[in-house]
Amino acid sequence: MTAQILSEGFKDAARDGAHAFRAILTAMARPGTIATLQAASGPAPISPAAATVLLTLCDRTTPLHLAGAHDNPELRDWIAFHCASPFVSAENATFALGDWAALQPVDRFGIGTPEYPDRAATLIVDRHDFDAAPTRLTGPGIRDTATLALPEARAFAANHGLFPLGWDAILTSGSRLAALPRSTEIS
Amino acid sequence: MSDQAYNFAYLDEGTKRMIRRAILKGIAVPGYQVPFASREMPMPYGWGTGGVQVTAAVLTPGDVLKVIDQGADDTTNAVSIRKFFQRTAGVATTERTNEATMIQTRHRIPETPLTGDQILVYQVPIPEPMRFLEPRETETRRIHALADYGLMQVRLYEDIARHGEIATSYAYPVEVAGRYVMDPSPIPKFDNPKLDDCPAIQLFGAGREQRIYALPPYTHVRSLDFEDHPFTASKADHACAICGSGTSYLDEVITDDAGGRMFVCSDTDYCAQNAKGGA
Repeated sequence: MTAQILSEGFKDAARDGAHAFRAILTAMARPGTIATLQAASGPAPISPAAATVLLTLCDRTTPLHLAGAHDNPELRDWIAFHCASPFVSAENATFALGDWAALQPVDRFGIGTPEYPDRAATLIVDRHDFDAAPTRLTGPGIRDTATLALPEARAFAANHGLFPLGWDAILTSGSRLAALPRSTEIS
Repeated sequence: MSDQAYNFAYLDEGTKRMIRRAILKGIAVPGYQVPFASREMPMPYGWGTGGVQVTAAVLTPGDVLKVIDQGADDTTNAVSIRKFFQRTAGVATTERTNEATMIQTRHRIPETPLTGDQILVYQVPIPEPMRFLEPRETETRRIHALADYGLMQVRLYEDIARHGEIATSYAYPVEVAGRYVMDPSPIPKFDNPKLDDCPAIQLFGAGREQRIYALPPYTHVRSLDFEDHPFTASKADHACAICGSGTSYLDEVITDDAGGRMFVCSDTDYCAQNAKGGA
């Protein structure tokens, strides 16, 4: 384990975590909003925004699935040191981290149960292209309509069709972050 | 100045992460009660431990915090929670609704309309709207899973059969985004219309019952009613004895033992500003 892996966490866990959570909360409560988040950085290919999300929300009680290029020894070591999340398969994950392509097929992830819809996975879709063609969003948290670039509108629409079940997504790239809860309608 | 012996906002970071995850799931499924591992707080259950834990998990150092109890900034509960966060988080506090970025409330929504830059945190005693109709958690959970809310309509109907109108005057049940029936905490039904399409994020914390739920901004919140008995937001038919407002929610205050009484605004900040002519 190198010194680089031990560093690059939060400088001040309580205050950095508080600011980061407020940004994530705002993004999740107001779909279409893009927040800036860069309180931490990890080994490639994880973005500073995704690294900050992990430090804010993940710990030893949240099984994490790493997909594709994000499943590499350096990043595993960094997460093991800073979050201590157990690494699991997609089906058992509370959080999943990877590119959209690597996360496929997304119907592997937990969508909760009718009695406990909160027991669903949160996908952290890293290296998201925020500048792709925007999709129109409506639903809770959105005044009239909002727009956001989605990796694949059809998959998010299908996920919304499961409401109140379904996974929730946090989209990250560089220091940018947006979120799309299952409640958002895609049109 | 914050007390350095405590972590920022009292709770340890592991607890905050757990509460933060519950809040995010609550936002994703508006009106659904997310179970969380409520901690023992340095105040008794019933004093707003749920609200305090939610506030502690959401608070940032730059926030300006307002705490109200039945609309008032100056009652024991409000003062002690405000002092708690002054001491453990070192945040600025205010009694002005329009200066606050976070408002923790017990049983009222401020009269001054909330903005998109604010977060309202409710203290909730009994989060389950069906609890007094069905005491079994296994059954109420199934009711929510199936959206089988007929029992609640029957309760409101029985109100009409007995009293000629829906007599429920506080903790009036609402339907959130066309799906979950939710207890808005014991706010007067006068406040129910403010829940709907609100620009602020609204978070609900029940400490003893270990539940968190949420309303994202601009969520459609409908008070349950019947076509021939539509919901009405009622208040005492008086004007405030201090500021003269005819539109704000009033508390009845007994002034002597000979039947004397007065009606005053329950929202002390609104009343003070209105009395000055500035509300």
